[in-house]
Amino acid sequence: MDFTLKVWRQKSAKDKGYFGTYQVKGISPDTSFLEMMDILNDQLVRENIDPVAVNKGCKSDGPVAFDHDCREGICGMCSLYINGRAHGPDDDITTCQLHMRKFKDGETITIEPWRSAGMPVIKDLVVDRNALDKILQAGGYVSVNTGGVPDANSIPVPREDAEESMDAAACVGCGACIATCKNGSAMLFVSARVSSLALLPQGKVEAARRVKAMVAKMDELGFGACTNTRACEMECPKNISVTHIARMNREFLKAKIKD
Amino acid sequence: MSEKLNSKIPEGPLSEKWTRHKSQIRVVSPANKRKLEVIVIGTGLGGASAAAALGELGYNVKVFCISDSPRRAHSIAAQGGINAAKNYPNDNDSVYRLFYDTIKGGDYRAREGNVYRLAEVSNHIIDQCVAQGVPFAREYGGLLDNRSFGGSQVSRTFYARGQTGQQLLLGAYAALNRQIHLGNVKSYNRREMMDLVLIDGEAKGIIVRNLVTGEIERYGAHAVVIASGGYGNVFFLSTNAMNSNGSAAWQCYKKGAFFGNPSFAQIHPTCIPVHGEQQSKLTLMSESLRNDGRIWVPKKKEDVEKLRSKKIKASQIPEEDRDYYLERRYPAFGNLVPRDVASRAAKERCDAGFGVNETGLAVFLDFKTAIERLGRKVIEERYGNLFQMYEKITDVDPYKEPMMIYPAIHYTMGGIWVDYNLQTTVPGLYAIGEANFSDHGGNRLGASALMQGLADGYFILPYTIGDFLAGKIQVKMTDTSHPAFEEAEKAVKEKIAKLFAIKGKEPVDHFQKKLGHLMWDYVGMARNEKGLEKAIDEIRKLREEFWKNVYIPGENKEFNQELEKALRTADNLELGELMAKDALLRRESCGGHFREEMQTEEGETKRDDENYMYVSCWEYAGENNGHVIHKEPLKYEFVKIATRNYKD
Repeated sequence: MDFTLKVWRQKSAKDKGYFGTYQVKGISPDTSFLEMMDILNDQLVRENIDPVAVNKGCKSDGPVAFDHDCREGICGMCSLYINGRAHGPDDDITTCQLHMRKFKDGETITIEPWRSAGMPVIKDLVVDRNALDKILQAGGYVSVNTGGVPDANSIPVPREDAEESMDAAACVGCGACIATCKNGSAMLFVSARVSSLALLPQGKVEAARRVKAMVAKMDELGFGACTNTRACEMECPKNISVTHIARMNREFLKAKIKD
Repeated sequence: MSEKLNSKIPEGPLSEKWTRHKSQIRVVSPANKRKLEVIVIGTGLGGASAAAALGELGYNVKVFCISDSPRRAHSIAAQGGINAAKNYPNDNDSVYRLFYDTIKGGDYRAREGNVYRLAEVSNHIIDQCVAQGVPFAREYGGLLDNRSFGGSQVSRTFYARGQTGQQLLLGAYAALNRQIHLGNVKSYNRREMMDLVLIDGEAKGIIVRNLVTGEIERYGAHAVVIASGGYGNVFFLSTNAMNSNGSAAWQCYKKGAFFGNPSFAQIHPTCIPVHGEQQSKLTLMSESLRNDGRIWVPKKKEDVEKLRSKKIKASQIPEEDRDYYLERRYPAFGNLVPRDVASRAAKERCDAGFGVNETGLAVFLDFKTAIERLGRKVIEERYGNLFQMYEKITDVDPYKEPMMIYPAIHYTMGGIWVDYNLQTTVPGLYAIGEANFSDHGGNRLGASALMQGLADGYFILPYTIGDFLAGKIQVKMTDTSHPAFEEAEKAVKEKIAKLFAIKGKEPVDHFQKKLGHLMWDYVGMARNEKGLEKAIDEIRKLREEFWKNVYIPGENKEFNQELEKALRTADNLELGELMAKDALLRRESCGGHFREEMQTEEGETKRDDENYMYVSCWEYAGENNGHVIHKEPLKYEFVKIATRNYKD
């Protein structure tokens, strides 16, 4: 398969960006999207080495920087906006699980970084997601030290609660929800953690403190408000439901009423 | 034996060693802990749990990771579960049985003392994780559920769907976040360790490259903990994440830390087969699938032909024409034999011409029987995310047609040599988790990597490092303007400048792929003398070519992923050679290390306990002097040595 790629290029946070246009040829439909990016980069590096020998139509911009790691949909590192969709044109996947068979031969593919005030571009397609760590640092944990905890089976947890907690805990922290939201809201990401812990007896103890601290941090870092468009849920690679946002709102209200 | 190789295994009965040791080592008072600094490299299960636990104790911790967040570490990709000897299912499990299974699974090449301790603390890990809010799978009564893994006849594996590693890491990451919030831990993301700094022979700090700015930075401490994982990516195609690498461990080796059993790499039997030349990595399908999946190939060659030419589908082959070869060869353990055994059996069938895809390098993992017995819904609950992952990659629905799988590199049992305290041969330098060599011998059992990472980080290192740091309470904070830092930084900068100056004709991946092929062909699932000698020779040539002909675009002072890869490949080209050397020297088969010259008539591994019952410990002797081997003899006082038997 052959493709025309329009890729966002930006040297650093301070530089102005532009779209670079490149051609890739002879891509197998079984190739993953990121493997296709590897092929593009190999081509771009070779172009640097010897501009004449390589396929014309490539401008010598050097390889494209993009984040990736596990390449099996779990680390949350990959973060591309492909043809206007976070993680590209397939459902319930991260970019690394996207395969070229989902595109048409000869198609032009537009590839951009996450675009959100809370996640500035570092280079090309790589963005800074430190804000997500900061929100979790504000309270996304159970305050227990190592050792001295009760036996694992001493507190039974209803299976349904454990399963729902796990649904929320599946969040990989990729930031697709924020990149997709027209308000740049981090509500789905934050609520996934709040809800996952609030559903378990171990997390209930400090649920009120947690939700207040995390919401305050989220607001402080400039993430937008939720207007219930549910776009986040649509694009979440792990299918995390907006019901967790509802639960977080309940938890938040409960905590505030007590104040 | 080098005098540095003192394993420091405490005397006394197996079950009392750790308790006795803990009572004898020194502790540091809270007021003094505040004056001590520890550096932790890596934020997987080992690194994150160690950094969190050390922070809780009151030490000043600096933790480094190569990704944008500690949560990305490759522990996150572990799927199936974590072992513990809780005996909740009442199936007669015990600390001793977990210990015994691990020693036997490792083909009698691990230390008894270390492994017993691992089994001993395993139960605390489950308690700890539950307290942190890890949503383990539960029964309807609200208690924890267990499943079975290879190499054991009891159900002792705790799990959170097919995302156990993710959930445990999020637990450790949360504990780490809490310490960061409290100010006990400082976190440095997108930083890669470039060198270890020694002052008067002790580990005193590190040189790192800031991956965003390219800045070379110095950090000092009273002790350094390496938790940077394994080196499976020397093979290029592995189940390891793209950024996983053994460079930090290699730098420690070159600064004097011994490297244990470098040739011991695990080949996991159930990975999605290679599809073509453009592939960048392989995806694992959890071992837990072997609880309900049955592995087979056709009995008849004509069925194989029809499958390859896509004239029939697997589901059309009748039961009587299927060869469930693991059940046939290993009746007692069946599909749940250890990984090395299952991998070799798959290779044996494929080599005999029964591979089921076009490349001839695949076997079936079939859920038909389980779906008929339990219903699709139960299978979906147990493995839903794995089935989805398989379908997304291969475009085949595993509920209807069996999965195709083939072995791939997954884990390295070898690593930095450590004593019972997890201290390396360099004072003040510790290695934990996959980065060390200690607990898995020649083969690691499934669901034991998570156990080891967390055991080391939460419950072992925080005690043993105290013994060392107790002697440092009068020692001031390390001054990073010391000449040793100066020198190390200069060397790193020179190395980077040298790489840029080559301006050759080939990108880094060209060399890494070539190395990967050499490693897989000659230092992979089956090894022999001629092949290993050839590999050593070829790797040397490739290394020379790399330093003459690699091309790195851009510059150092920027976000430069090609440079990152080049630095790792430069190390891999040295590490790969040592792996081959170690494999060549070990003229026996044990666990994942299979020397073709040493096998039984049935094709099983043949150990040579008389000559090879030791840990090979390699010492770096300088650029021109190569590698020197020392041997740490393994003594089995409590377990009766036997030939591994999974047949009856």
